[in-house]
Amino acid sequence: MNHKRREALRLTAVIGLMAATGLISQAEAAAWNKAAFEGKTLDEVLKALGGSSADKSGAITINAPDIAENGAVVPVGVTTTMAKTQQIAILVEKNPSALAAQFIMTADTEPFVASRVKMGQTSNVHALVKADGKWFVSTKEVKVTLGGCGG
Amino acid sequence: MADPMRVRAQETGGIVDVKVLMKHDMETGQRKDSSGKTIPAHHITTITATCKGKQVFQGEFGPAVSKDPFLNFKFKGGAKGDEVSVTWVDNKNDTRTDKAKVS
Repeated sequence: MNHKRREALRLTAVIGLMAATGLISQAEAAAWNKAAFEGKTLDEVLKALGGSSADKSGAITINAPDIAENGAVVPVGVTTTMAKTQQIAILVEKNPSALAAQFIMTADTEPFVASRVKMGQTSNVHALVKADGKWFVSTKEVKVTLGGCGG
Repeated sequence: MADPMRVRAQETGGIVDVKVLMKHDMETGQRKDSSGKTIPAHHITTITATCKGKQVFQGEFGPAVSKDPFLNFKFKGGAKGDEVSVTWVDNKNDTRTDKAKVS
């Protein structure tokens, strides 16, 4: 059996096995959107997430401090009143890679998420929300006194 | 298996509020150690949560999420006593699953 076929078969078997044991769902087997996490701007990330444009929306609330005392741990929460929220992404504009995290909602998930991110410097924090197939964005500036990238 | 994460799930009015504190270095791959060598990226990549066999949440983290990630999400349809299971996988294919009963 030639090497490529063997490798392909092995990979399918491993992923299949992982999915079968429930370790990762079938959908996830291909996941961790590398392209999105390599995006350097809001537009690049949006494109990698499958969107083309995002309308500004007042229905998205970003919960984050106006001034973050410690850029290594900045609490950021996003919530929205939009119906059929499918996805929420948190971006820190001036970070080396703009996308900090993204979350996918199931039918039962509430359109709310909170986490803590590293911010290298004062920057806009964008929340991208996909609802009912359309992308929306809201922005909040967070000032950082002590940068969080260890440099 | 990696260090355990703390999972707390509380139900109010039909909505389960889940807070998770994961233990992970979340190295960005941007820092250099004392000898000047770049410390390679080591961070959680995907998180999934299930309740009663159904997936209730899915997330992807990049290296910009803070060390020892905190995550808070909510979902409908869980009741007190149900078990919520949270799993993370990192970029070195290390993984960790922890569970909590909804209180």
